[in-house]
Amino acid sequence: MDLCQSTIHQAAELLRRREVSSVELTRAVLDRIEKVDSRVRAFVTITEDMALEQAKEADRRISDGTAALLTGIPAAIKDNMCTRGIRTTCSSRMLENFVPPYDATVVERLHAAGMVMVGKTNMDEFAMGSSNEHSAFFPTYNPWDLSRVPGGSSGGSAVSVATDATIYAIGSDTGGSIRQPAGFCSVVGLKPTYGRVSRYGLVAFASSLDQIGPLTKDVTDCALVMNVIAGHDSRDSTSLPYPVPDYTESLVPDLKGVRLGVPKEYFVEGMQPEVAQAIRSATVVLEELGATVDWDVSLPHTRYGLAAYYIIAPSEASANLARYDGVKYGFSVKEAENMWDAMEKTKGNGFGPEVKRRIMLGTYALSAGYYDAYYLKALRVRTLIRREFEEALKTVDALVTPTSPTVPFKIGEKLDDPIQMYLSDVCTLPINIAGVPGISVPAGFADGLPIGMQIIGRPLGEEVLLRVAYAYEQATDWHKRKPPL
Amino acid sequence: MKLSREEVKHLALLVRLGINEEETERFREQLSNILENFQILQQVDTTDVPPTAHAIALENVLREDEPGSSLPVVDVLANAPSQEEGYFMVRAVLE
Repeated sequence: MDLCQSTIHQAAELLRRREVSSVELTRAVLDRIEKVDSRVRAFVTITEDMALEQAKEADRRISDGTAALLTGIPAAIKDNMCTRGIRTTCSSRMLENFVPPYDATVVERLHAAGMVMVGKTNMDEFAMGSSNEHSAFFPTYNPWDLSRVPGGSSGGSAVSVATDATIYAIGSDTGGSIRQPAGFCSVVGLKPTYGRVSRYGLVAFASSLDQIGPLTKDVTDCALVMNVIAGHDSRDSTSLPYPVPDYTESLVPDLKGVRLGVPKEYFVEGMQPEVAQAIRSATVVLEELGATVDWDVSLPHTRYGLAAYYIIAPSEASANLARYDGVKYGFSVKEAENMWDAMEKTKGNGFGPEVKRRIMLGTYALSAGYYDAYYLKALRVRTLIRREFEEALKTVDALVTPTSPTVPFKIGEKLDDPIQMYLSDVCTLPINIAGVPGISVPAGFADGLPIGMQIIGRPLGEEVLLRVAYAYEQATDWHKRKPPL
Repeated sequence: MKLSREEVKHLALLVRLGINEEETERFREQLSNILENFQILQQVDTTDVPPTAHAIALENVLREDEPGSSLPVVDVLANAPSQEEGYFMVRAVLE
């Protein structure tokens, strides 16, 4: 096996036994990036020199006995998390040359654990999109079929993991942006409970929905990364002040006594039959592992999730993105008649089409005369959706659904049809609306294209998700397949 | 739910977002279509249902008011499009 193909736990074992050094491991990953990135375009910035410096430092820590489990392991960070001294673009012209003066809390925690950062990954501009086609720089390509999208908005992070161009990656998820690309690329992606991971230093898109989480090669790695990034942060007042368990304790290979439910509303109209079939087959495996599966769970307001989400998220975005006025940082147009003209030109030229569309949509929903009918109505529907999850998760421990209604679609296929693009998040966005955790794990293929299974839990129910995901993974081989690159 | 070009231009003005004629027409069409689809929400009975702003709500998040260090001014200004003597330069607000 090539070193770059290692999982975190495999690489950590090799480092601990001194069979390889972090510099060798990092070199292997950087060589892999060199080999594949021109074809898949997962990275906006590759931080080769810094990575090798960090690897040397990690080797020093390993030899003097002060290493942590993640010490010396290469990682890729989505380009919407602030990295001190390394530009953080959000894949937008607006922040193309922005170099943050501080690290996001997640980045700070990973650095303290000895991360070797190999680069910043491509994404839909400001995390608004489901295909990575909305990057202002270039699209990212799905390694399973280069004519297809990798999903989004954490598409670069998912592709870097799937192609062994990193050992693990960090993404963010506002309506499915970790899980949907994880499903499309056949890797593991977890969106934790809202507030479980600090958002400090994450460039804000929709603050009541945004959450950071890991994208990894297997479920064990997901637990290992969560052990480092989860926890309270006084710099994020929405971060939850509850103790963090050792997530690796959830990794047991059977599901005796676990009650699972399959909500029928998630098998939506227009769902690809192979996707529905893959999830049905997966539930058989879950039953064989000891779980009970209830097929009568119902979440009747699911059908309103899409509309509620695409009112709430753009409304919050239209407020959050008002800060890009060309004064304090970011793109700035100087040739203008006056202050207002400068601001209009800065935003008009700095933002791409999808970001503009959402700013306009959110502004509409918040504007006088429409606030009650759209924004407030969406927040009330949000309550109903949240309550429905609460009710359903009283009788079962976790819910099982497809991650996406289809396998990865063709590049360009939905680019000019916003509604069709938004529908690709239909199975993932209710989870953000309710604030509960969700994980996507590899669950099969249709004509060589990946299918993801989503497992949804109670608030702070990450341990149950990891247990179900781990047991399923141990009983199947999907996660071991590599894209034909 | 058909938006007019004037409504689209008014929205852009509210957020000071510069859009050209072509974008105005495209957004008019797309936003009208999106809002049409979102009419589905009006079917939901939300009588006596309170709004949820945060799904996992925390109340009265307090901490000790302790002085800490701020970022160095020079680092903060490093990204400024224009600056002078340790300040951000802005255009005249009143002309």
